[in-house]
Amino acid sequence: MRIALFTDIHSNREALTACLNHAGRSRIDHHVFLGDYVGYGADPVFVVETVMAYVERGAIAVLGNHDAATLAPDPGMSDAAFTAIAWTRDQLGPTHIAFIKRLRLSSEEDGRLYVHANAYAPGAWEYVTGRYVASKSLMATRAQAIFCGHTHVPMLFHMSMTGKIASFEPLDRVDIPLTARYRWLAVIGSVGQPRDYNPAACYAILDAKREILTYIRVPYDVDTAARKIRDARLPIGLSRRLIEGY
Amino acid sequence: MAAHDLTVGQVIDGFRLDAALDPGGMANFWRVSRVAPAAADADRAQFPLMMKVPLLRRGEDPITIVGFEVEETILARLTGSHVPRFVTAGDFEKPYIVMEFVAGRSLKGLLEETPLPPEEVAAIGAKIAFALHDVHRQHVIHLDLKPSNVIVRDDGGAVLIDFGLSRHDQLPDLVAEEFEGAVGTGPYIAPEQALGDRSDPRSDIFSLGVILYFLATGERPFGEPQREAEWRRRLWRDPQPPRWWNKKVPPWLQEIILRCLEIRPADRYASAAQLAFDLQHPAEVALTRRAERRKRDGIATVAMRWFRTRNAQPRRRKSVAGQLWRAPIITAAVDLSPEAEPLAEALALAVGRLLATEPDARVTCVNVLKAARLTLDPLEDAEGRNPHLQRLIELKHWARRLAAAGNRVTYHVFESTDPASAIIEFARNIQADHIVVGARGSSTLRRYLGSVSARVVAEAPCTVTVVRKPH
Repeated sequence: MRIALFTDIHSNREALTACLNHAGRSRIDHHVFLGDYVGYGADPVFVVETVMAYVERGAIAVLGNHDAATLAPDPGMSDAAFTAIAWTRDQLGPTHIAFIKRLRLSSEEDGRLYVHANAYAPGAWEYVTGRYVASKSLMATRAQAIFCGHTHVPMLFHMSMTGKIASFEPLDRVDIPLTARYRWLAVIGSVGQPRDYNPAACYAILDAKREILTYIRVPYDVDTAARKIRDARLPIGLSRRLIEGY
Repeated sequence: MAAHDLTVGQVIDGFRLDAALDPGGMANFWRVSRVAPAAADADRAQFPLMMKVPLLRRGEDPITIVGFEVEETILARLTGSHVPRFVTAGDFEKPYIVMEFVAGRSLKGLLEETPLPPEEVAAIGAKIAFALHDVHRQHVIHLDLKPSNVIVRDDGGAVLIDFGLSRHDQLPDLVAEEFEGAVGTGPYIAPEQALGDRSDPRSDIFSLGVILYFLATGERPFGEPQREAEWRRRLWRDPQPPRWWNKKVPPWLQEIILRCLEIRPADRYASAAQLAFDLQHPAEVALTRRAERRKRDGIATVAMRWFRTRNAQPRRRKSVAGQLWRAPIITAAVDLSPEAEPLAEALALAVGRLLATEPDARVTCVNVLKAARLTLDPLEDAEGRNPHLQRLIELKHWARRLAAAGNRVTYHVFESTDPASAIIEFARNIQADHIVVGARGSSTLRRYLGSVSARVVAEAPCTVTVVRKPH
């Protein structure tokens, strides 16, 4: 079974479309969305409706902090994020809100845990940015592998039988074997707002049978996505960072 | 499945165990064959097979298992004649790897016969260097290169085995995290590897230097240190020069060996292909003070190095293939005929530009003496002129600006009835990365004789840049 993993789409229609098109040519059997469908970008309705359509056909989707913030304001957010969420709330209709309300914080499937931020306190949204937090996250579940997002920076952690943990910066389109003798925590980079100075959208494909994970960078029409943010009078920095990829 | 429970005739996942091979420290080895009917195998490549089964002590032994995991992952990705062909591997419950059984001679057997004659050391060394280069190009550093991990095939080339401590620079490094500190084999480990740096392909060049030293002198340059703390000694203590042990080691070979054994990776050969080139062309080796050394450094120098390196830390990760890209071998095919002078000028400019961006590159300048038949022209011989030498002088003159800029440049004049083939064959032999060749443009001559540059472009094994003379 080949699973496509998407996270942190952030209302970026152009990036999501480019990734879904790429996945469409990649013999995908199953789609998993790891949260943060909205916020920052200018196309929340398109993104939520696209994810809803996939979920209707059997895809898995979990809740992200920006999605949760459309239901109840999150005072911990940055000014730009807060402003964008306030704007997003006005765009969404009752069916979209109802969909977001039904999303769960995590989902487990065949030894794989899908969660937006981390496994130990999924609703507290702490970032998995280093080995310590990664190991805390792996300790909190019996799943062999965790797939998450939230940091917008692709990263792969592996933990050995002796509990040693290491991190690795995955490269574009290199097949990485996730061997069964290790436990893995894969932070999938962001579809709609990459922050590793590479503006190309990021998603990943897991070949569950062959135990191979492949991160994929997809170039998309960044200029249009950035222009829409400006046209919607969202904070200008949100537009600029898409072009630079930070 | 425990390694020691296996018996001859047993069948594992379609492979029958035919005979036990010599066991290693971490695994047992079996000659195996497929039990499937021959018809089903007809489309598969036919080559002898062996199975490697890890020896697991008391259940799961992390050291053995990590090495096994790494070898399976890396071997499955490597291709080419310098590694055993990977066939399949067992699963979590039943670990094994089935791979090509390489018929040949282990380099370990040769150690009994040391010291070997210099030509033989160079020939074996070049084979191993080409094998290393092939593996480096595929993003892998071996990191445990030693005689028992090299097999020389019956038909010639070297094969590297045992990738259990290796590193693939595009994959997570399972070894580094499992063993804190350095991993390797005492006599062969490179200084930076002894510090825990597992990211530099030039660590393999150091280990090959240890092998060459051993083959040329019968001695190990750093002895046989067992403890990790002793491995660090080579960060400040240089070995006796090979000629200290064996006067028959020529200066060019000492130069090559000591350059491989430099403490700083940047002072070694920039790529295994560049090392192979020197081993294949002893007369072209640029001799430095290394070649003249009669004994190792005095206590003051060593103390100074110790003071500088005693608290040394490993450097940051870099890319294996990136190191190779910075160190290409460029072949400049130069036409020295008078009418081609503006073209030769443009060619020198083009090569100069390449060198400006690739600091570790080296240039091999080639000129082909076109012989009507494969003998020297008797008229010129009668006048006492040596056309070969004359061409060499002209070639060096052409390359003067490149060489003056401090680049590594060598000169090669061939006689051939077929210049294009001579250039292509030379580039293939030295595994050149890039050929720069001039095109004369249209001329009546070319219409009849065919274009050298067009054939080089069509048949060369590497990138080709065609230079035209400016209008």
